[in-house]
Amino acid sequence: MARITASVYTSHVPAIGTALDLGKSGEPYWQPVFKGYEFSKKWLADNTPDVIFLVYNDHATAFSLEMIPTFAIGCAAEFQPADEGWGPRPVPVVKGHPELAAHIAQSVIQDDFDLTIVNRMDVDHGLTVPLSLMCGQPAQWPCPVIPFAVNVVQYPVPSGRRCFNLGRAIRKAVESFDAPLKVQVWGTGGMSHQLQGPRAGLINREWDNAFLDRLIADPDALAQVPHIDYVREAGSEGIELVMWLIARGAMSDSPPTVKHRFYHVPASNTAVGHLILENT
Amino acid sequence: MALDKPYKDIPGTTIFDADQLRLGYHLNQFCMSLMKAENRARFKAGERAYLDEWPMSEEQKLAVLARDLNWCIRLGGNIYFLAKIGATDGRSFQQMAGSMTGMTEEEYRDMMVSGGRSVEGNRRLGEDGDAQPQHQPQGRAGRKEAN
Repeated sequence: MARITASVYTSHVPAIGTALDLGKSGEPYWQPVFKGYEFSKKWLADNTPDVIFLVYNDHATAFSLEMIPTFAIGCAAEFQPADEGWGPRPVPVVKGHPELAAHIAQSVIQDDFDLTIVNRMDVDHGLTVPLSLMCGQPAQWPCPVIPFAVNVVQYPVPSGRRCFNLGRAIRKAVESFDAPLKVQVWGTGGMSHQLQGPRAGLINREWDNAFLDRLIADPDALAQVPHIDYVREAGSEGIELVMWLIARGAMSDSPPTVKHRFYHVPASNTAVGHLILENT
Repeated sequence: MALDKPYKDIPGTTIFDADQLRLGYHLNQFCMSLMKAENRARFKAGERAYLDEWPMSEEQKLAVLARDLNWCIRLGGNIYFLAKIGATDGRSFQQMAGSMTGMTEEEYRDMMVSGGRSVEGNRRLGEDGDAQPQHQPQGRAGRKEAN
């Protein structure tokens, strides 16, 4: 049977991808950001899973306003890096895992979560920047990736509680897959940031760190935090953090081992947060 | 029953809800078209003519031509869509976000390097933080425009 071995949480700021792609990662501005992921790259190299289930949001890339799925699971064999307006990032094509993705879709939909099945989709920085942070600049990504896109652009976005419960359903689905795969679930986006209006640039270090504490130790209670609290305290785009609760819900009910924790302000407009949790 | 909008009392913030979507549908779909290199080239070659291909309001077109992102957002634009205009212009997300505060690029960058904008005084309308309506514009860029 497949099992979930660990979860990774990270911001997915587009400027981080740009800094890497343009060879600026050694600049004083970016050094502290990438330093926070040095351990993580080594950890992933030592603990490469068979599949990464990567929770992220599409930033008006694959989904325009024509169709806005709340939860979309990528079931294709591969996904191209998208041209978001600056040209596509020079990163490897993302190979999927159609069998496991289809299995998860079947199990989770029958568990009452209405996923949208996507068989063709380009993936934007929300998915490729976490891979770059965790893998550096390889010729190909270390394993297949199942993209799982969550709508956090068009209000209303799913609640933290629903995301957390969805994570549990994903765990159940993975554990019933009939092959001995090691699966990691990654939750991405956040932390506090606001990209619009006169309140742009909002950062809330205290709230972010309390979020990290509670995500580790008390995710059930954290999942009850309403949408409005994220927006008010962590900025309009801080709402992306609900996606971390999907990854956390996919972890075992026993307390996880905290392998790594990192927090840094700023990367462009955003507070960068990062955690690696292993199932014990 | 009207839609519940608990987020209306946050200063300097527009939540992209169903009403905003209806207002900005064509504006945002125009932005979406800029994800194709050939469309970016056509837009740059003749902005007004390109905009006229879209069923947008005259005011939305003027807001795009002015690159006034706050104005675009008032007319239903969403930042992730509007970012495609910035990308076409070769601007970064930080330049775009900063442009909505009235700060110069340098002022905004300095604010971020110093830890970002504080939430204190900026949680609810009626408080006294720097994002409140009574404190706009916030920087030299905005004051220059006002003169």
